[in-house]
Amino acid sequence: MSRISDCFRHLAARHKTALIGFITAGDPEPGITVPLMHAMADAGADIIELGVPFSDPMADGPVIQRANERALRHGVSLRDVMDMVREFRMGNQDTPVVLMGYLNPVEALGYAAFASQAKDSGVDGVITVDMPPEEAGEYLTAMRSEGVDAIFLLAPTSGQQRISGICKAASGFVYYVSLKGTTGAATPVIGEVAAKVSEIRKHTNLPVGVGFGIKDPESAQAMAQVGDAVIVGSVLVSKIENSLDDPQAITPAVVRILSDMRSAMDLI
Amino acid sequence: MPISSRNDYHDLPDQGGHFGPYGGLFVAETLMEPLAELRAAYERYMGDADFLAELDNDLASYVGRPSPLYFAERLSRETGGARIFLKREDLNHTGAHKVNNTVGQALLAKRMGKTRIIAETGAGQHGVATATVAARLGFECVVYMGAVDIARQEANVYRMKLLGAKVVAVDSGSRTLKDALNEAMRDWVTNIDNTFYIIGTVAGPHPYPVMVRDFQSVIGREARQQIFAQAGRGPDALVACVGGGSNAIGLFYPFLSDEGVGIYGVEAAGEGLATGRHAAPLCAGKSGVLHGNRTYLMQDENGQIIETHSISAGLDYPGVGPEHAWLKDTGRASYVAVTDEEALDAFHQLTRTEGIIPALESSHAIAFATRLAAGMTPDQIVLVNLSGRGDKDMHTVASLDGIKI
Ligand SMILES: Cc1ncc(COP(=O)(O)O)c(C=O)c1O
Repeated sequence: MSRISDCFRHLAARHKTALIGFITAGDPEPGITVPLMHAMADAGADIIELGVPFSDPMADGPVIQRANERALRHGVSLRDVMDMVREFRMGNQDTPVVLMGYLNPVEALGYAAFASQAKDSGVDGVITVDMPPEEAGEYLTAMRSEGVDAIFLLAPTSGQQRISGICKAASGFVYYVSLKGTTGAATPVIGEVAAKVSEIRKHTNLPVGVGFGIKDPESAQAMAQVGDAVIVGSVLVSKIENSLDDPQAITPAVVRILSDMRSAMDLI
Repeated sequence: MPISSRNDYHDLPDQGGHFGPYGGLFVAETLMEPLAELRAAYERYMGDADFLAELDNDLASYVGRPSPLYFAERLSRETGGARIFLKREDLNHTGAHKVNNTVGQALLAKRMGKTRIIAETGAGQHGVATATVAARLGFECVVYMGAVDIARQEANVYRMKLLGAKVVAVDSGSRTLKDALNEAMRDWVTNIDNTFYIIGTVAGPHPYPVMVRDFQSVIGREARQQIFAQAGRGPDALVACVGGGSNAIGLFYPFLSDEGVGIYGVEAAGEGLATGRHAAPLCAGKSGVLHGNRTYLMQDENGQIIETHSISAGLDYPGVGPEHAWLKDTGRASYVAVTDEEALDAFHQLTRTEGIIPALESSHAIAFATRLAAGMTPDQIVLVNLSGRGDKDMHTVASLDGIKI
């Protein structure tokens, strides 16, 4: 059993929806990331998604683009990100960690080396935004042989056939991108998301996470009634960005919004 | 992978858009179905007689095709060696080869019922060529351009605005062409329902590399007929500059099976390959994935894309079309690089000897062609793609000469 499926099983037993918090590793500087991950877990994040900085984050909106740029100014590499996870694991054995990034840094390291180093450092799942299942043969083999979950995205534009194929390739959970757009874009329409999520459920028993455009406790609560996990990123990263002049304020600001979301989600 | 028969070059890409290990389709899920729709429309209309007739008519009456093949007699004499012929893409409407592709993609957009066109641009040539066809067909048009490029290509920015396009400055990353492409992709993912993204070179996810190649191949088809008609024989060598690689593949593709023809793509060596300040992924980069395809890239050891440098904004791109990556690995084409300084010398030489002011991009091809021709004999032929005219580069060249215009 992977940490991710354990996590969803425990939550389901308590009729709770997972809250997944995303930050970009090394934003605004590498030293803050591990303590921030611990604080996020304490504030009610069930899974932590760590963005791997990339020079060309094509699927991200301006907030996460700037986070990538801040981290890259410190030269944060894929190896560095895995080292951060290793350090996090020294104090936390339970909270799943998922890396989310783009393919080229993974190609530069090599699929097999990446999968084994990820496993070694305590990474549980990997989302590679620009790696569709069609191209993922060797990548999937590498992830599976190390027992790292390969998580794939589904989108409003995904038709039946793609949904079915992607659900077959995926493990851990599937990530439904709730709107046509980049990260941090407009708020998704709940009815449309609900319809698509129930369509996805016909193809898989994996948990379905919903992300993109969830900005506040209200939208987190609404999405929690639809998905098995609510994924929030840009709103956390913008809290970091708003506190660049006062780094002490970063962790409390991220903790506050996460706890507010957690409480709102727990009301349902 | 060995090439088992000469026709193999024309069997690529495969269904998934692969040229050997290169190409493919590496994008976020939201774009997968829209790209499948584009592929289906493209395949359908490339076999549709009405579409092809309309395309041919536009290429003739709007672009001004066929473009001449010109024997550069004084340049050849000054070089002393092979005869140099120039394929005059600089004489096209809007001044470069870029319009061959935008006319084709815009017709496809019309057939697909799209109402809004977006594009990325570096030098502004593709942006102008896109704004031009958008004006003609009545499309809304948005062009993404790096803030750095906007500053160095003011005239083209103004041309796009005159044509009714909105030019959006891109302030992320290195603020050049690659970032403009990222931003155009972000727009596309957000406005898929009504928007057609016209990519300006043979990069991007499948089907863009094959689609742009097919629209640009008119260059090589014409050149092949023209050289036989004018010289009674085929060329010994083809030379074209390579940014993303669209003018080059347009010339090369119809000649790939002509075994005796040497094929040379010329990348931008900038301040010199050894300085690291260049834009030559085929000569000095390594394989990776960017902008939807696998190809040679300029990147660091961690897989981050690094900034490029070239005197010509149109060559200032860290990737290259995947078919070129394949032609390099198979050995069918050779890729070389020319520095800013050598390109500038060629710019002046062609202007002086032939009364043709070339684009700085094309000047890279001229520079290598004269070097190559000098080692050949007068019965031999070097055919160069003169991809664009130099009007847009007046400011750059003048300021290097210390003149403000
Ligand atoms: C005149 C000219 N030649 C060449 C290029 C490079 O593009 P490609 O390699 O796709 O032909 C450009 C790009 O802007 C250009 O304007």
